[in-house]
Amino acid sequence: MTPLHLIGVGLVAPGLPDWESTGAVLTGRRPYVAAPIPPLAPAALPSNERRRATLGTRLALAAAEQACAGLALDPRELSSVFTASESDLGIIDRLCTDIFGRHIPVSPTVFHNSVHNAVAGYWSIAHGCRQASTSLSAWDGSLAAGLLECAAQLADTDRPVLLVAYDLPGPALLDSHRHLEGPFACALVLSAAALGAAQPVATLALDLTTPGVPDPLPPGLDPALEVLRVGNPAARVLPLLYRIAAGGEGTVRLPYLEDLDLLVRVGRQ
Amino acid sequence: MPPIPASITAYTLTSALGAGCAATLAALCGEGPGLRRCTLPGLDLDTWVGQVEGLETAPLTGALADYDCRNHRLAALALGQDGFRERVAEAARRHGAGRIGVFLGTSTAGLNHTEQCYRRYFEQGRDALGADLRYAHTHTNFALAACCRRLLGLAGPALVISTACSSGAKAIAAGDRYLRAGLCDAAVVGGVDTLCATTLYGFQSLELLSPRPASPWGLGRTGISIGEGAGFLLLERAASAPGQSALLGTGESSDAHHISSPHPDGDGAVLAMTAALARAGLAPAAIDYVNLHGTGTPVNDRAEDRAMARVFGPGVAAGSTKGATGHTLGAAGAVEAALCLVCMAGGLLPGTQGTKVQDPDLALRVLTHPRPGAPRRVMSNSFGFGGSNCCLILGQP
Repeated sequence: MTPLHLIGVGLVAPGLPDWESTGAVLTGRRPYVAAPIPPLAPAALPSNERRRATLGTRLALAAAEQACAGLALDPRELSSVFTASESDLGIIDRLCTDIFGRHIPVSPTVFHNSVHNAVAGYWSIAHGCRQASTSLSAWDGSLAAGLLECAAQLADTDRPVLLVAYDLPGPALLDSHRHLEGPFACALVLSAAALGAAQPVATLALDLTTPGVPDPLPPGLDPALEVLRVGNPAARVLPLLYRIAAGGEGTVRLPYLEDLDLLVRVGRQ
Repeated sequence: MPPIPASITAYTLTSALGAGCAATLAALCGEGPGLRRCTLPGLDLDTWVGQVEGLETAPLTGALADYDCRNHRLAALALGQDGFRERVAEAARRHGAGRIGVFLGTSTAGLNHTEQCYRRYFEQGRDALGADLRYAHTHTNFALAACCRRLLGLAGPALVISTACSSGAKAIAAGDRYLRAGLCDAAVVGGVDTLCATTLYGFQSLELLSPRPASPWGLGRTGISIGEGAGFLLLERAASAPGQSALLGTGESSDAHHISSPHPDGDGAVLAMTAALARAGLAPAAIDYVNLHGTGTPVNDRAEDRAMARVFGPGVAAGSTKGATGHTLGAAGAVEAALCLVCMAGGLLPGTQGTKVQDPDLALRVLTHPRPGAPRRVMSNSFGFGGSNCCLILGQP
């Protein structure tokens, strides 16, 4: 497949507030210091929507805003792909608890936030973006599935696409069934050519292959980062970001399906 | 020139109208059974639902036992109709199992099963939801694709799309995209959604759930009736055989307006319909029938009516089948794509069940009763929460 051009990166996770500091941590230029994520107030949202936006939405939008900042492209020109294994488990817990435990009517706002594409809806409202947007899941391979969906879109049109991968821990009752570290959100702006990039970051060439052992983070980094990587499907992006931050070329193996891995060959622009 | 569209080499659907294409066509012709009063256990709701018979007594067993939940029972039931599994097996022999992708839409996934675990947790005062939740095999969205992949013995790319009521249509568009990108040679595309408490109470909380059978485009319509259903298509990268339908075009857009209400003038819907026409290389006049999203809420139908007028003007044959199947939510785009294929093959314009008197404030006159016809190219609309719009055009290339 034709390589994709990565023209913007955003990231929000504990101790990793943006792409610049994430690059510094992953290449060992700065120590990793776990810290709660800062309060996230999506400034682009109208006040009604900002009040209703869940943590998952605020997290995903913050990463997306970072990735789009500095691009010579208006965010409303981007199509978008949101990928999450679980999205927001707190909403499911709240709805089921209200119905079966508290026997009270469910909140209309909570219900409308329960659709998996609510995050995409808030993003489109924030920027008045009417381009196509999709919201998908592929368990621990959700990041790889998101990259493939972007590649399929870019084979079809030359419109750049915003990929946002995010997942966040759920409440205790569900966490014992699906444990998630984080919260973690990463956003990548991908295009068929290096157009509109403030600073071209890398090229990514995708290939499917038989399953092996997905690449871990390089040794010597704080083990908490590896815990984050294996504990959150969106954080599977970290070895790819390490390779990009290190500035070199190379291939990163990402988990996709039980019988397929995704190889991402990273090149310089 | 648009590229050669993907051919549709097999299709099937199961809904409240019955299991498989023949039962569906018979029910549509006879305006047969569809919605019934909601009597689901433990629910206190005055509404009507489109329920699929027999799921309670058809557990998944053997290699699929871990996947057992209402959504996957319905998927398995549907895949067993119309020789669909056999056609997929033939395609796998032609292309290789690793070259056939699975792209499915759902909004509920196995939520019905999770709800039962929550109900037991609260009623019995347990300290956990229980190991039989089997989260990875039932609750998570991707479980639907994992289950169908295993059931069909496929090993190609896969994903599950969850964009509320456009999920099934968008999964079809995604599979088409993967085919064009060369990521697979054939694609099983579709959608599955099942009745559960969360969606029923949720739509009630938004005052969108009708106490009467849904009446799309109807005078005094009072909202949606929720249904469950599954629809599957097999798409292949090859020119269609004579008489075989193709996926002629897909169009997707966002409203950028509100999470749970459509843009009042149908701006996003217009964008999706015009994008689908452009990809198909067709003028509006080339469309013989439009399967409306037509949910039966006052606001949705009004917005779609405005969008239809902007794209088609006053004169196109159209209708909504959601008064027959109920609104199958995340499956609707796939169920109705298959239903359109059934109607094209059966020479039927399906009409708008549940609607006797049309709302005079809506410009588009829908067909209220089924009528023999020979539609060759059909458009199918799906619009969802989050302002997610998807339009498909199916028919003769």
